[in-house]
Amino acid sequence: MVAIADSVPKPVSRFRFILDRRDVLGALFVAPAILYVLLLVGVPFLMAVYYSLSAYTIYDPSWSFVGLSNFADILEDPTFQRTLWNTFIFTFGSQLLGLVLGKFGALLLLRPFPGRKLVRAVIILPWAVPVALATVAWQWMFDSLYSVINWTMIALGLIDRANAPNWLGNPDLAMLSIIVVNGWRFFPFAIVIFLAGITAVPQDVIDAATVDGAGFWRRNYQIILPMILPIMTIGLVFGIVFTFTDLSIVFLMTNGGPVGATSVLGFAGFQTGIVSGDVSHGAAISLFMLPVLLVIVVVMLRFIRRREI
Amino acid sequence: MAAVVTRDIVKKFGEVPAVNGISMTVPDGEFMVLLGPSGCGKTTYLRIICGLEQQTSGDLLIGGNVVNELPPRARGVAMMFQSYGLYPHYSVRNNIAFPLKTQRVPREEIAKKVEWASQLLGIKRLLERKPRELSGGERQRVALARALVREPTALLLDEPLSNLDAKLRASARLEIKAFQQRVGLTTIYVTHDQVEAMGMGDRIAVIDGGRVRQVGTPTEIYDDPADRFVATFVGTPPMNILDQNGGAIGFRPENFLPKDMMDDQNFAEFSFRVDRSEYLGSERIVYGVVEGFDQKQIVTAKLPPAHVDEASIRPGEWHPFAVRNAAMRYFDKDGNRTSRH
Repeated sequence: MVAIADSVPKPVSRFRFILDRRDVLGALFVAPAILYVLLLVGVPFLMAVYYSLSAYTIYDPSWSFVGLSNFADILEDPTFQRTLWNTFIFTFGSQLLGLVLGKFGALLLLRPFPGRKLVRAVIILPWAVPVALATVAWQWMFDSLYSVINWTMIALGLIDRANAPNWLGNPDLAMLSIIVVNGWRFFPFAIVIFLAGITAVPQDVIDAATVDGAGFWRRNYQIILPMILPIMTIGLVFGIVFTFTDLSIVFLMTNGGPVGATSVLGFAGFQTGIVSGDVSHGAAISLFMLPVLLVIVVVMLRFIRRREI
Repeated sequence: MAAVVTRDIVKKFGEVPAVNGISMTVPDGEFMVLLGPSGCGKTTYLRIICGLEQQTSGDLLIGGNVVNELPPRARGVAMMFQSYGLYPHYSVRNNIAFPLKTQRVPREEIAKKVEWASQLLGIKRLLERKPRELSGGERQRVALARALVREPTALLLDEPLSNLDAKLRASARLEIKAFQQRVGLTTIYVTHDQVEAMGMGDRIAVIDGGRVRQVGTPTEIYDDPADRFVATFVGTPPMNILDQNGGAIGFRPENFLPKDMMDDQNFAEFSFRVDRSEYLGSERIVYGVVEGFDQKQIVTAKLPPAHVDEASIRPGEWHPFAVRNAAMRYFDKDGNRTSRH
């Protein structure tokens, strides 16, 4: 044998295949997301904690530690108590409305009918339309003079012009109005969740229930609903978190009024902290959502874990 | 009395008929098997009987009453599904009790009947478990208990063994059959597996293309198939069919034997070229072609290995083979049985 040529060993850089390593490449890909969360969520959150424990206002931007006194202040404030209550009413009212509409919408959309695909696409609109746009449209519908809802009811002879409800002027009706708008915004999401859940229930199980003698209601409430409860709860957790922290509908439609009847935590925090400049109390109001939501979310997640099927 | 009677049942999905005029009578206590290839309409037919599908036309009688318009729950039949359809969020006890609860049966009565059904199927120790904690065989028993607890006029089973592994399937087959005989329950059993059909059915209805091709006892179906479809669908390997004079002759592989195994003169002789042979322990399957017929038509012979001389089936050579006249079957040009042609 004659050696043709000696192969010259080429020095291989230690970093040449560095991107082939899972741990390196993974870290590289995840880094932007982590950075994003740290900078845009973590830092503001820590700042909010800092503000809520200080006496910081825009007139006196000084760091003086006051402990939990800001929290004590707001807890004693009847306006805050009302706001907290409003937030619960608003959140659970609109979620309930959204769930009911979502359930029925999903049942309707499960049946084949001509144009179903189009309806399925269009029904997503309330969710997809920018909140400002949608709220302005609703504001007109609830307007004291030009309300389409009132006009329709008058035309149908259900009410007379003199007693037409002042939707956004009456405290209870104003709360009902923002619940309706938020429920309307939430229900397409609920439909999607329900559709996904119901489609995942095996046909054999539904057929078995039918042959076993279950009618429409029993099938829906004793078989299908318990089976989709876990995914429904996840959807509800999302809905509650988003609604509980939301201020856009209140801000755009009622401005918290009349006389604070529709003020919610997000809105109150914004009013106190940003508009009035009392940053420390505003931060305390906003941070108050954290333990409340934490309890709600933990309870709900524990609930579905126990229901795991 | 007939438990289930159907008269000319037709079911169309759009323009396509899935069931194309099935008339059948299932007497009380009979184990009737609907056998056919997938997509033949047998499951659709079963779903029509229990009311999950509505027939396009035809009459359905259960226990002597016309039930065309009745919803499933009023028909008095129970159905067991391919994947059992157990309610995953209920315990076994509540699964079995469910059909009684929908009938508003009093609580003590429910407890008694659940007890009875679970005793019958030997699943008493499983009552507090959830379906996901059960094995395949146990799930099947629970499904069966749930179907039985209402004491239905007829029990409908849709391929109940297809989710079990081969070993479990064999024992479940015996168990279901023994159970059905003990309870004396009218049963309609859908399957595409001929072993299940032959082994379990009092009678078998062979279905193809939405029509019943033949109804008969397993012996009748096997020995006297009504047409070419039944002849070739039942039996492994299927009946050999050779085209002849516009019609066809048919004979079972186990009746196609070396000529020297014939002990009298009542047989037809064929010259058989053996191409390949498979030794399967209890039997030997020999593949080849027969002289004078289509050379693309593969003919099989199923031979008892102990009684066959290796020399008489050596591959690549022509051998004298024969079929007893009594074992010959004849088909006309439309594929239907004729006595002779």
